[in-house]
Amino acid sequence: MIAQDLQVILPEIALAVYAIVALLAGVYTGKDKSAAMIVWITAAVMAVIGLWIATGSGTNAAFGGSFVDDSFARFCKVIILFSGAVVLVMTQDYMARRGILRFEYPVLVALATVGMMFMVSAEDLLVLYMGLELQSLSLYVVTSLRRDSVKSTEAGLKYFILGALSSGMLLYGASLTYGYTGTILFSGIIEAAGDDVSIGLLFGLVFLIAGFAFKVSAAPFHMWTPDVYEGAPTPVTAFLSTAPKMAALALMARVLHEGFGGVISDWQQILAFLSVLSMFVGAIAAIGQTNIKRLMAYSSISHMGFALMGLAAGTTFGVEAMLIYMVIYITMNVGMFAFILSMEKDGVPVTDIGALHMYSKHEPLRALALLVLLFSLAGVAAPMLGFFGKFYVLRAAVEAGMTWLAVAGVIAAVIGAFYYIRIVYYMYFGQDREPLDAGGGPILWVVLMGSALIMIVGVINMFGMEPVAAAAAAALVN
Amino acid sequence: MQDFLREYLPILIFLGLAIALGGILIIAAAVIAVRNPDPEKVSAYECGFNAFDDARMKFDVRFYLVSILFIIFDLEVAFLFPWAVAFGDMSMTAFWSMMVFLTVLTAGFAYEWKKGALEWQ
Repeated sequence: MIAQDLQVILPEIALAVYAIVALLAGVYTGKDKSAAMIVWITAAVMAVIGLWIATGSGTNAAFGGSFVDDSFARFCKVIILFSGAVVLVMTQDYMARRGILRFEYPVLVALATVGMMFMVSAEDLLVLYMGLELQSLSLYVVTSLRRDSVKSTEAGLKYFILGALSSGMLLYGASLTYGYTGTILFSGIIEAAGDDVSIGLLFGLVFLIAGFAFKVSAAPFHMWTPDVYEGAPTPVTAFLSTAPKMAALALMARVLHEGFGGVISDWQQILAFLSVLSMFVGAIAAIGQTNIKRLMAYSSISHMGFALMGLAAGTTFGVEAMLIYMVIYITMNVGMFAFILSMEKDGVPVTDIGALHMYSKHEPLRALALLVLLFSLAGVAAPMLGFFGKFYVLRAAVEAGMTWLAVAGVIAAVIGAFYYIRIVYYMYFGQDREPLDAGGGPILWVVLMGSALIMIVGVINMFGMEPVAAAAAAALVN
Repeated sequence: MQDFLREYLPILIFLGLAIALGGILIIAAAVIAVRNPDPEKVSAYECGFNAFDDARMKFDVRFYLVSILFIIFDLEVAFLFPWAVAFGDMSMTAFWSMMVFLTVLTAGFAYEWKKGALEWQ
């Protein structure tokens, strides 16, 4: 019995054991001198585990139904592992040159990834919480990795305090849910809730959603995002804005559909509210930003609004749209951060978007790749993959009878397009200023170009992602 | 439902009492207490002699490390006690779960030790 259970969580065990071994190996050998090697090995291990998970099939439950390995979980895990591996590989050089490449960095990223893998597979409230905390605690530490910098430590502290607050709300919601249903299993909650929730259970549900909204940085729980994104070292920001978002949204989708799938109309309005507010806050607040990391923070708030729109639809297609949206968003974001990591002048990192004036004259190819990514992030009527991501979530909203939500989404997307296109304007029509360094290693170049290329080539058939996402969504919603 | 809630009545009374009493004491201190401060009264008190310096000084981060370490091992003992008491009735799974837990904890301790966090220089 226990052997079968362990069989199901073998990938998680493998990564956790690897992280512990790497930690001890690092501290007993070269310490930070072996950090670069540990980064590469960690990325390789994560990629291999990703491939291993991708070969899995069927739905396997473990530990009395507290943990499940279905195609939804596998889809999310593969995305999380691969994006984590790519971020590790592309940030190693940046960290090393800034002197902040400690061997704890890859170990903490691996542990955060283990947490995320548990999050997307969680079938009860306790496993969910444990995964979430493992992920969050690791992320708090990597956020303040540059411990001599006031901004980085402040970001870490802020993230920790608000993260603890959100965990508190989540736990309060979980305890109310347990109190009113008598079980922590999602399968038990959906049975106990039936199709009419009591007022107490509704409170639990709302608190749970508020806790999740903190984790995915959806407005009005987004306050921490810009400060943390700006203060954290750029490689950490790149990681924060990719895999954890996927994990938190997947977790939210699972709780809402598997735990509260019978009372969709009760949470639908909350999610629609979160979605509209996030889209507009992200789009409008980003206009005044000149720091590209803060800009990306607001951009991610806005994108979370769109992803939540898919979830708010409350249908199988909505979940599928959310998954597709997230995969495209993560691919774009990795490309964007590959560019941001290479922005430097005289060897010092630059985050001011004013530095991009007339960038196209000095680096035409990279400017072109950035143009593709920015248009794709804006996602308005351009033949890029980002448009299709938006198209799917809007269609999900319309099909679920929430046309007003889709209309709001289109308006927010048009407002948001302004600040993306403003960067394009700077690059092609700005004033001539001192150019940025030709910095950035070959890895960053490859990631940037690869991401931009995917945005264009993917338009043809999305690399066959749609049926996989549909199968994943079908496994979740039944 | 009603019976279920009635069982919580003592807690409710207790909460009400706690809040009321807390409020009364705070208000009483503000309203009734005699207050005529002088510099000697409000200055920092340090065992009979004049204060050496400000009370808000920086602590060495190692104090925190040691206290965190204490908390971790304190919790470990809290877990081990019920485990040890029920040892005779337990399955092998329970035994090995605790062994895994202890191993992970030891790995963390070995890391902290080797990292030099416990050296006082």
